[in-house]
Amino acid sequence: MSRVLVPCHVKGTVALQVGDVRTSQGRPGVLVIDVTFPSVAPFELQEITFKNYYTAFLSIRVRHHPSAHTPAKWVTCLRDYCLMPDPHSEEGAQEYVSLFRHQMLCNMARVSELRLILRQPSPLWLSFTVEELQIYQQGPKSPSMTFPKWLSHPVPCEQPALLCEGLPDPSRVSSEVQQMWALTEMIRASHTSARIGRFDVDGCYDLNLLSYT
Amino acid sequence: MLQEESDLSLIIAQIVQKLKGSNLYSQLERQAWASLQRPEIKLESLKEDIKEFFKISGWEKKLQNAVYSELSVFPLPSHPAAPPEHLKEPLVYMRKAQGSWEKRILKSLNSMCTELSIPLARKRPVGEQKELLNKWNEMGTDEPDLSLFRPVYAPKDFLEVLINLRNPNYENGDSLSFRTHLGLIQVPLKVKDIPELKECFVELGLNTGQLGIDDSTQVPPELFENEHVRIGQKVLAEQDSAAAQQYIRQGSPTALRAELWALILNISSEPEDVLYYEQLKTNVIQHDLLVDSLIYKDVKLTASNDDYYFVFEDYLYQVLLCFSRDTSVLSHFAYNSASPPKSYIRGKLGLEEYAVFYPPNGVIPFHGFSMYVAPLCFLYHEPSKLYQIFREMYVRFFFRLHSISSHPSGIVSLCLLFETLLQTYLPQLFYHLREIGAQPLRISFKWMVRAFSGYLATDQLLLLWDRILGYNSLEILAVLAAAVFAFRAVNLMEVTSLAAAEAVLADLSTLKVMPLLQIFLFATVT
Repeated sequence: MSRVLVPCHVKGTVALQVGDVRTSQGRPGVLVIDVTFPSVAPFELQEITFKNYYTAFLSIRVRHHPSAHTPAKWVTCLRDYCLMPDPHSEEGAQEYVSLFRHQMLCNMARVSELRLILRQPSPLWLSFTVEELQIYQQGPKSPSMTFPKWLSHPVPCEQPALLCEGLPDPSRVSSEVQQMWALTEMIRASHTSARIGRFDVDGCYDLNLLSYT
Repeated sequence: MLQEESDLSLIIAQIVQKLKGSNLYSQLERQAWASLQRPEIKLESLKEDIKEFFKISGWEKKLQNAVYSELSVFPLPSHPAAPPEHLKEPLVYMRKAQGSWEKRILKSLNSMCTELSIPLARKRPVGEQKELLNKWNEMGTDEPDLSLFRPVYAPKDFLEVLINLRNPNYENGDSLSFRTHLGLIQVPLKVKDIPELKECFVELGLNTGQLGIDDSTQVPPELFENEHVRIGQKVLAEQDSAAAQQYIRQGSPTALRAELWALILNISSEPEDVLYYEQLKTNVIQHDLLVDSLIYKDVKLTASNDDYYFVFEDYLYQVLLCFSRDTSVLSHFAYNSASPPKSYIRGKLGLEEYAVFYPPNGVIPFHGFSMYVAPLCFLYHEPSKLYQIFREMYVRFFFRLHSISSHPSGIVSLCLLFETLLQTYLPQLFYHLREIGAQPLRISFKWMVRAFSGYLATDQLLLLWDRILGYNSLEILAVLAAAVFAFRAVNLMEVTSLAAAEAVLADLSTLKVMPLLQIFLFATVT
């Protein structure tokens, strides 16, 4: 299924914290990222990809326009999706993640805004976020064409003239030839990725020093 | 679900692409062409008939083994947006640390090069080539002057790098808090605890027969050993890699070990492989590398001084010198956090067409490297087979012991696993050793980096390496290290200095590996 990148505007992260940020000791464990689509009409969301950076759990809420008449409302489409199985250790901390439409709890048609709620309950990490956020909508389906009449309504085939007994059945021969043609095409299309094994350049392996870049 | 299906087809496509370049592919193609002569192959059902033929003649099994081998070695395909560095090592700070460590090694090698005025590589004059060819089987008798050479690094230098490894996003406060690790490793990787290890190493349990325990002289062989040998012979007759890997978790009979390891590592001795080894030998004869002197020095310092391995000195040169010239090893850098050093042909600095890797296999040996090969000499006497087994062991396991990565079998995880096991299950011992300034990792690091080669008796070492192959993981090294400390805990509680602790743990040659592992995992009261 093809997908098309939707240009989005990612607002800065907002920390949710109880009490005064300056005086309290701990670091916030909840961050909210708002994503808007200023130049795009409400669309059908296909896929969300991002690179995790020490976020343990992710929830996503979308602003949904069910139809032209009813007002838009916020719906939770993903609840506490686990990105790090153990929030205190590095597993999953810097992984690339894709979330698809079929994993969401609600219908993703006509989405106009996105809100990502990031949670990291462990006090060990100095900061957490998600990076390289990209939103995709469904790509265009193959355009429908009008076929010429003789393709869409083929003439019923005439009965072939009866051949002599000794010759093989033409439909069987044609299917065998088709199979062999398919095999030769496959062999032609494949190529090996085998290495040659030479380490020198034209027989010369006289080296300078090792390079640092 | 859609996601798993597309993942599976991606994995299949990757494996097919990889196998297309292999010997097996051309062999299968040849067999398929030859089979067309057979009467049971009909043109209209060509595909199915050939598939049936492969199944009967055993070629399907060979293909199955090759696919299983690929699955064990290569990591799963990653996210399409992930760059290749992410496959080598997902954590950015570890990649950076590995990069700076490599830079240090390169600087050291370059300075050795300029100090001694020896080129990194040179073509041997014809006379020297002839001489080396004549002496190929007895290179150990050569006594070149190696006094000016020094190993590029030793395990303890590497340990210092690991001790200083820090995650910039981690709370590394100066004051001691619940966040500070009490051991030397300060990165919060996920390691298994004993209940998880029990689940993982379930075949080492008290109720399962083991070679190394249930084959001792007091136990009558009818109880376990005879049956186990019989099953082993059956596995070899079937030529099934996956079955062999499962079987070897309980240990391998000595007579069957060489064949079993070859089956698990999917090494077959085809004429092409012997030819490839001969080609590498020609490369050694033609070009002389600085790395060769490092190898000579390492062998002379370690294996030649070892009571068990000094007889294999010549084999070690034959394997390691060829290993340095083998460019097929470069492909393992796709999943190794390390990168091969680069250089340019003299006079063509900066021109990409004249960029080469140095050494050709991208691996710079360190002090003790030859000990990875030495135990294998007990099993394989034919140089090309010995070579292939070592190369496969290196690109599957040993490379993880000297590169910085977050992989569960990487040396950083092994160190953290060792320290965590010791702290959790022997807290008094850990506290005592820490108080006297003898951090346990300082003693056990060298064992793990060498996979215990040169420290255990050979038969015990081979039983340990059986389990590494069987479980496709190096975690057992950390568990054994903790088990050794548990075994000598009483003596260690009495020592008052690092030197005394080292002395208690200096000689491991009398230890029996399997009882130690079994007691530590399954019979210790927690």
